[in-house]
Amino acid sequence: MTPPTLGKDLIGLEGLSADQIRLILDTAEPFKEVSERAIKKVPALRGKTIVNLFFEASTRTRISFEFAEKRLSADTVNVATTGSSVSKGETLVDTARNLEAMRIDMVVIRHPSSGAAQFLGDRIGSNVINAGDGKHEHPTQGLLDLLTLRDRFGRIEGLKVAICGDVLHSRVARSNIWGLLKLGAEVALCGPATLIPRELVELGVQIIPRIDDAMAWADALNVLRLQLERMQGGFIPSLREYNRVFGVTRERLERVAKDLVILHPGPMNRGVEIDSDVADGPNSVILPQVTNGVAVRMAVLYLLAGGAPEWQAS
Amino acid sequence: MPSVTRLLDDSAMASVLERMAGEVVEKSGKIGGVVLVGIQRRGVELAGRLAGLIGKATGATIPLGKLDITLYRDDLSTIGQRPRVGETSLPDSIEGKTVVVVDDVLYTGRTIRAALDELADFGRPRRILLCVLVDRGGRELPIQADITGLSVETTGDDRVDVGVWELDGRDGVDLVRGAPL
Repeated sequence: MTPPTLGKDLIGLEGLSADQIRLILDTAEPFKEVSERAIKKVPALRGKTIVNLFFEASTRTRISFEFAEKRLSADTVNVATTGSSVSKGETLVDTARNLEAMRIDMVVIRHPSSGAAQFLGDRIGSNVINAGDGKHEHPTQGLLDLLTLRDRFGRIEGLKVAICGDVLHSRVARSNIWGLLKLGAEVALCGPATLIPRELVELGVQIIPRIDDAMAWADALNVLRLQLERMQGGFIPSLREYNRVFGVTRERLERVAKDLVILHPGPMNRGVEIDSDVADGPNSVILPQVTNGVAVRMAVLYLLAGGAPEWQAS
Repeated sequence: MPSVTRLLDDSAMASVLERMAGEVVEKSGKIGGVVLVGIQRRGVELAGRLAGLIGKATGATIPLGKLDITLYRDDLSTIGQRPRVGETSLPDSIEGKTVVVVDDVLYTGRTIRAALDELADFGRPRRILLCVLVDRGGRELPIQADITGLSVETTGDDRVDVGVWELDGRDGVDLVRGAPL
């Protein structure tokens, strides 16, 4: 049996098999140790050039990718939309083709439109890694959540994971759903009916309307960020109301009286979807998630770099 | 058809390892400052064996480390996607120590080149010695072993298989002619 490999790009967890997801998680393990060394750097990607193309604000993901790239000795360039030709109206594909003409090996892209990463990957020979595209997927976030759950429980199969909050706008939710289902976990969604797309039930997830019921059911809770910038559509009455009905609070956590693991992809709205007591408490794995993010991204970069880009092969 | 020649059976391998352990003690001077570092995978088991033998002979406990050189290879983009990266774990400090690098087979020398680069990222040992069970010739870099269990002439069409009971269920070294990796 040949071991699984990844294709040219990482667009989403929907397109990966369970074996490919496990390959990335297993590869991430030794990379955790690299970040604990005094010299946090290995030469695996020496001479590779990576462009971080961010069309949307990001702190955590961009820095995490940049650390992962630097710890693998790649050369990196950051392109943000402001101050670049993008603000002069250059199309996505023109920007990427120009970068490719400078002989880059990989592009990490964050874009507000769903499908942007796939669009780019289909048109350039360099490896493309999706760092979040619209409401579609954020595969490395999904992978780091899986790794954090596996660290904590020793397995994914059979776990009950509730994804809570603004599922409608969340690419993190979609990547989590695909990854968790493929690895054999049970998934429930919990949140205001206006923010839970019913059609997701077709993927094999259940909907638990009340947060207390979701917490009683789940082994782990992935609390999504309420995307305040997208709340003009009247999805929720008010932030206070949201916190009262759906907030993950210490009182609720004490009421379920079990060792519920709490994840949050960040950035947190403290006092809205999650209370500070919970975010900073013993049930929270929010900071281990961030640590694992670097290891998972190193694993993805390393695995994709194994295949030479088309312009090198030709 | 590939032909298999047994170079060492389990008892011959045991006595070769015993001799190598003696040479490690002899060549490394003060045994107190010695660290044995095995290269993944079979070097790790061999280092463990040597540490046991040295311990029995001298009463000293030898710190053990393991090194996975995958991330230091010079051929990542030509060999395609390499799934498995193993574990690297070294004793607290190799600063000022005599580090004995242990591997099963010495061939092109590229693995050892990578191992030396990786060790340098962990500190500055006083001295590094190279200890291999089988030297099969065919070097592509100016690297030689300090302690060798067995030397054998081979060509690029041959393969040297080292078995250790921890991983393979039995000890022994085979030369397989006409079946390269």
